[in-house]
Amino acid sequence: MANPAIELKGITKAFGHIIANENVDLTVFRGEILAILGENGSGKTTLMNMISGIYYPDEGHIFIDGKEVNISSPKDALDLKIGMIHQHFKLVDVFNATENIVLGLDEGKFDIKASARKIQETCDRYGFEIDVNKKIYEMSVSEKQTVEIVKALYKGADILILDEPTAVLTPQETQKLFNVLRKMREDGKSIIIITHKLHEVLEISDRVSVLRKGKYIGTINTAEANESILTEMMVGEKISLDIERSEPKDTTDRLIVKGVDLYNKEGVQVLKDISFTAKSGEILGIAGISGSGQRELLESIAGLQKISGGEILYNNPKTNETENLKDKTPMQIRNLGVRLSFVPEDRLGMGLVGNMDIIDNMMLRSYRKGKSVFVERKQPKALAEKIIEDLQVVTPDAKTPVRRLSGGNVQKVLVGREIAASPTVLMAAYPVRGLDINSSYMIYNLLNEQKENGVAVIFVGEDLDVLIELCDRILVVCGGRVTGIVNGREAKKEELGLLMTKGNAKGGKSDE
Amino acid sequence: MLVQFIHRAVMQGIPLLYGSTGEIITEKSGNLNLGIPGIMYVGGISGVIGAFLYENSLADKSQANAFLAIFIPLIACLLGSLIMGLIYSFLTTTLRANQNVTGLALTTFGIGFGNFFGGSLIKITNSAVPSITLTVTSSFYSKTLPFASKLGWFGDVFLRYSFLAYFAIITAIVVTLILNRTRIGLSLRAVGENPATADAAGINVNKYKYLATCIGSMIAGLGGLYYVMDYATGIWSNNAFGDRGWLAIALVIFTVWRPNLSIFGSILFGGLYIVHNYLNDIVPNMTMSKQEIIKIAPYLVTIIVLIIVSARKKRENLPPASLGLSYFREER
Repeated sequence: MANPAIELKGITKAFGHIIANENVDLTVFRGEILAILGENGSGKTTLMNMISGIYYPDEGHIFIDGKEVNISSPKDALDLKIGMIHQHFKLVDVFNATENIVLGLDEGKFDIKASARKIQETCDRYGFEIDVNKKIYEMSVSEKQTVEIVKALYKGADILILDEPTAVLTPQETQKLFNVLRKMREDGKSIIIITHKLHEVLEISDRVSVLRKGKYIGTINTAEANESILTEMMVGEKISLDIERSEPKDTTDRLIVKGVDLYNKEGVQVLKDISFTAKSGEILGIAGISGSGQRELLESIAGLQKISGGEILYNNPKTNETENLKDKTPMQIRNLGVRLSFVPEDRLGMGLVGNMDIIDNMMLRSYRKGKSVFVERKQPKALAEKIIEDLQVVTPDAKTPVRRLSGGNVQKVLVGREIAASPTVLMAAYPVRGLDINSSYMIYNLLNEQKENGVAVIFVGEDLDVLIELCDRILVVCGGRVTGIVNGREAKKEELGLLMTKGNAKGGKSDE
Repeated sequence: MLVQFIHRAVMQGIPLLYGSTGEIITEKSGNLNLGIPGIMYVGGISGVIGAFLYENSLADKSQANAFLAIFIPLIACLLGSLIMGLIYSFLTTTLRANQNVTGLALTTFGIGFGNFFGGSLIKITNSAVPSITLTVTSSFYSKTLPFASKLGWFGDVFLRYSFLAYFAIITAIVVTLILNRTRIGLSLRAVGENPATADAAGINVNKYKYLATCIGSMIAGLGGLYYVMDYATGIWSNNAFGDRGWLAIALVIFTVWRPNLSIFGSILFGGLYIVHNYLNDIVPNMTMSKQEIIKIAPYLVTIIVLIIVSARKKRENLPPASLGLSYFREER
């Protein structure tokens, strides 16, 4: 092939002590579609953000058409004819399509009608169907994405980066998008498409580059690739972690989820016919690409989301009665002993209040106790001190605002508090995200301890090695469906990887 | 009497129009500047200081140069309010301080600043009453077209105002055109709606925020100048400006961020602000308490507009989406 359109050499980027990209090389030619494949957190988006000027690399060089360039702002990227379509659209809702497309452009006289005509021409050429005078807030997700692509093309982009463009599209819309991408490839444009869906990679791309945990693994021609090769590149060799795992004993069915359906605010179905059983005294892992419905599932169980179909049954160990959680308020569910220790993307978001100290955060769960007008402070204080001592939370004292603690210590406080309520079901989502090794093991031990105490533990994780070593059973979700439940002791990484990535298109039947 | 009422209502409305036009520009950039009352106050006192210095430098006040008498206070006023705008921008855009707190602090500061210098000037002049009188400057500022008073009611309603009044209306129209019809306006609105998008489109977000806030502050400051030099006939007394600054902010909401509507809105607010004086003749027994109740009318209609706008949820009528939020690119 001819000269590379864009070439990255030795790109490294760190956020604080977390390394997002380490020594990454990448090459894209003119007139080709390159897929970038990797699990969540493998640094795909960060890498692309550096090409489009959102972030600036700590180390490394970027070459466009053989010349070294310095991209320090989105405007620089635009001048180099690089256009990126972000996962979260960069559109102004109250503007119409035309206004959004011409935003920031300097093309002499400001004439919105002439621009609208020119945009229409671009659309006709590639076969886009949009109404250039429609306001963004009246558009569907697919239309918004089209506006983004037209915007990049209209601004003269030769190199087009699409960050998980199909995540929000229906299969028909995806096909439409792919047709457009093929047309652009024929037009000599370079297209980089970020994805974690294997079948899409195989369908649309010419070559595939794989990232794993921020590192560049390699590039292969799509013609020579198949699902198992790509999965292996994506998940890597199995690493032994030596996490203790005891045999589950006295297991009884604690939580029975039957055919749960859930629609989000936009009316998109995020959970489809989910069924599983969580048993006391075992750890049930949930694996899946993030955004496959894990969060919604846990929130449904905790009563924070209204499910539209199915039921969630709970066997109460105190009364030996079966209760349906579907009709209960979050408070009632909590009082039954179902505890959610949710560590959301922004860590402090749902569990703790950053500006309050550890004691006050303990009180978030106990402020209803006692009959006095004033809240009871003694017990929360004792609990806070106990957690600090037992879990070795590094903090000056119990009165330090939680915001000032490091990530690991924040999580210890959160998990510690939920465990202190002696739950019967403990749900932990990404409890080790961003933690160092020691803190992670501390959390694993805590979960194991709970399991031995007969708690039904549900653990949502992202690291497959951890899931395989920690969990007794692993439930795999993909696109809001259960694609398989495997035994943690026998599970293979490749098997999980395939289950995690295949569900959407082929409807979740597993191949042997 | 109706003609007289309309005339006074317009004069009441002009400072509000300046204030709201300035605040609309500022808010379109996503900066919620609650310092407007203080900025208008500083604009007023700065003009007073300029006029005071010029008048005192003259041996014979009747020899005052018309150009200098207008130019010096005008520049002083613009400079004073520009500095206030710069302080606000530096704190909120560069240092990303909380916008509400900064704005309220500026209002407190501006009023204190104005009262301090107002008090000082009063002391220097050894005035018997607690006010400074700048009749010379005011006589230039309140000049109207010579034939306006001969045209009966038409002249009174439309023509018998000073140049700053017409400038306020022109500014409001020009700002409307810039916001809706130019590339600069498009970019500015994008910054206030979604700074990340504007940034990705290659727009210098901080530059727009600074410029919008500073230009907005200067326009608002003119409202203070107009108030002292024309409306109050050149007499400054501490705290006489009252709550006009807050009315200007209420007017922004009332006109759903549209300076062209603000022209009529300001006259309506101006009328509501003084209507109690005229009700004396129609309604007998206007007591103090009844007057005060009528004075709340502008705020009441603002609340009603807020309720209607929020209930209808028409996206174009809502405040800029990222109003009150600081923007930082490499956030993670």
